[in-house]
Amino acid sequence: MDEIKIGIPRGLYYYYDGFFLTDFFKRLGFEVIVSIETNRELINQGNYYASDEMCLSLKTYLGHVAYLKDKCDYLLLMRIDNYGLYDQMCTNFASLYDIVNNLFDLKIIDINIDEKNKQNMLKELIKIGKQFGFKKSKIIETYKISQIKSNKYIKRLKMINNNKLKSNNLKILMVSHPYNLEDRYIGYSIIQYLEEMKIEIVYSYLFDHTNGLSKQYSNNLYWKYSKESIGAIELVKDRIDGVIFISSFPCGPDSLVNELVIRKMNLPYLNLILDDINSLTGTITRLESFIDILYAKS
Amino acid sequence: MLKAKLIAFPQMGDYHVPIKYLLKNISDSIIIDAPNITAKTIELGNRYSPEFVCTPFKYTLGTYIECLELGANVLIQLGGGCRYGYYSELQEQILKDLGYNFILINLITAGRANFKDIIKKIKKIGKINYFKALAYLFITIKMIKYMDKIDVYIRENMGFELEKNSFKNLKEEMLVSFSNITSYLDLRKKYKQYYNKFKSLSIDKPDDCLKVAIIGELYTIMEPFANYELEAELARNRVSITRYTNADYLMFKKKRAIQKFLKLSHYVKYRMGADASDNVYRCEYLCQHHYDGIIHIKSSFCTPEIAIMPIISKICGKYKVPLLFFSFDANTSEVGMKTRLEAFYDMLKMKRNK
Repeated sequence: MDEIKIGIPRGLYYYYDGFFLTDFFKRLGFEVIVSIETNRELINQGNYYASDEMCLSLKTYLGHVAYLKDKCDYLLLMRIDNYGLYDQMCTNFASLYDIVNNLFDLKIIDINIDEKNKQNMLKELIKIGKQFGFKKSKIIETYKISQIKSNKYIKRLKMINNNKLKSNNLKILMVSHPYNLEDRYIGYSIIQYLEEMKIEIVYSYLFDHTNGLSKQYSNNLYWKYSKESIGAIELVKDRIDGVIFISSFPCGPDSLVNELVIRKMNLPYLNLILDDINSLTGTITRLESFIDILYAKS
Repeated sequence: MLKAKLIAFPQMGDYHVPIKYLLKNISDSIIIDAPNITAKTIELGNRYSPEFVCTPFKYTLGTYIECLELGANVLIQLGGGCRYGYYSELQEQILKDLGYNFILINLITAGRANFKDIIKKIKKIGKINYFKALAYLFITIKMIKYMDKIDVYIRENMGFELEKNSFKNLKEEMLVSFSNITSYLDLRKKYKQYYNKFKSLSIDKPDDCLKVAIIGELYTIMEPFANYELEAELARNRVSITRYTNADYLMFKKKRAIQKFLKLSHYVKYRMGADASDNVYRCEYLCQHHYDGIIHIKSSFCTPEIAIMPIISKICGKYKVPLLFFSFDANTSEVGMKTRLEAFYDMLKMKRNK
């Protein structure tokens, strides 16, 4: 029997759980195909399927799904509602399954995460594994091994991120979601530019224990990733020179949370909003003047 | 602590009548009537809001500023299942930065009402007799239910009135008399009385009249100013209107209904946030029940509703039911909206005559 091909779109949840999922399904003997890095063509594809007011990240994601459409047997999709009552997700994450299912004619394996109603990753993976004829014990074992491996991987990234804070160069905290920042087409050009300027880039999503710290800025906040982002500001505020907020147009949670944090903190900041008409020149001018200000201050 | 309490809350449709009735009876504070939303309100809200926040934020912020100018010092905000639940914290910060002194009470966070929290917050307004409060809460809820029931009848028949504005005038009369009721029995009596009055208004409704349903985001649907009086405009064209979203549904029926909808629907499997999955099911239901057209309205940047737009176009395409999208912003042109609505109406009529 040929190996079953599972496609994972490189977008949204991929940047959080992609490493784990790839490893897990490879260990079970599937062939895992991750879509290529974002490019112009993919975004155009996404625009074709999406309705025009959707946010850039979702459009990109749909582009990746379109890329995988004919290349895999099953599409692996995570539908995340919440990780608890006060750790909810943006509604786009919650509606992902229904959007993709209605727009594309695909076989979908969906992982539904809704911890408020006791639906977590392991439970869903056991359910999926059983459909393909794996034993429960085998799945749990693989789950544990993959979990350890991915934790190691993330721990290493976090350590690198933490060490950057000790550097003597100018240090800037990037407050953003990894699916914007690590995307080659969307946020990567900004990172590249800053690295050329010999600036240490600290990522807001690569810290431990930031969730609770968000209380310093906001009591009622209930989006998990936003909480972690602004918790990171509180954690490192004395050790960095400036903050750059990067959000995709028109991100729901960011529109409110970033505004609130900007009003409450007193660090130099730059608020960048990215859309798919990506003219880098304008962005770079703003980055340049921001860095000049930081140098003048320190 | 602030001295005299002047309470204000944002406008939404006619629901200021029951809410004002409740507040008036359970607390000794003065209630400030929020001024009607005008172009000035929107401009005020727009000026101080973040760039791409959804429109209800701007409307309510504008209303708050106008109320604070009138002297209010206690503001009340609700919350919902999407971004709406987070409005209050940012609005509080924006208004504080503008130099106003007030307390903001948010009743729902993270899509769930926390009673302990609410009672703690209500204590800030002043002393309240809880038994009395419960009794008045019951009357208020009943009043909302009655109002919604009458609204359903009005929507279906308003377009066929023989005497111009007869429905509108009678409704205004009803709201005034509802705001002056003394007890639950009084409310019931008045409800029955007005229900009969509405039934006896003369209409000329053909059996095969055009039926149009409105679905979409809750604030834009329920606040007539936010949708540029879409319902009245439709009624002028002699159309019978159906709309499911109202306070009664959102507060009491939704929790159970949504489980049923997810099971029945062929197009949606999970909850998609706010009212999105309800609307997908509704759209399918309306198509199956031979409605002539569906209008989907929302404020710009409403994430859950944007997500369902491709799905409902797919459903309407399958059943061949005309569908019209409206996205309302602070600077939507009313003329443009009317033109599109007229074209839509003409199309429905042509489709009928074919």
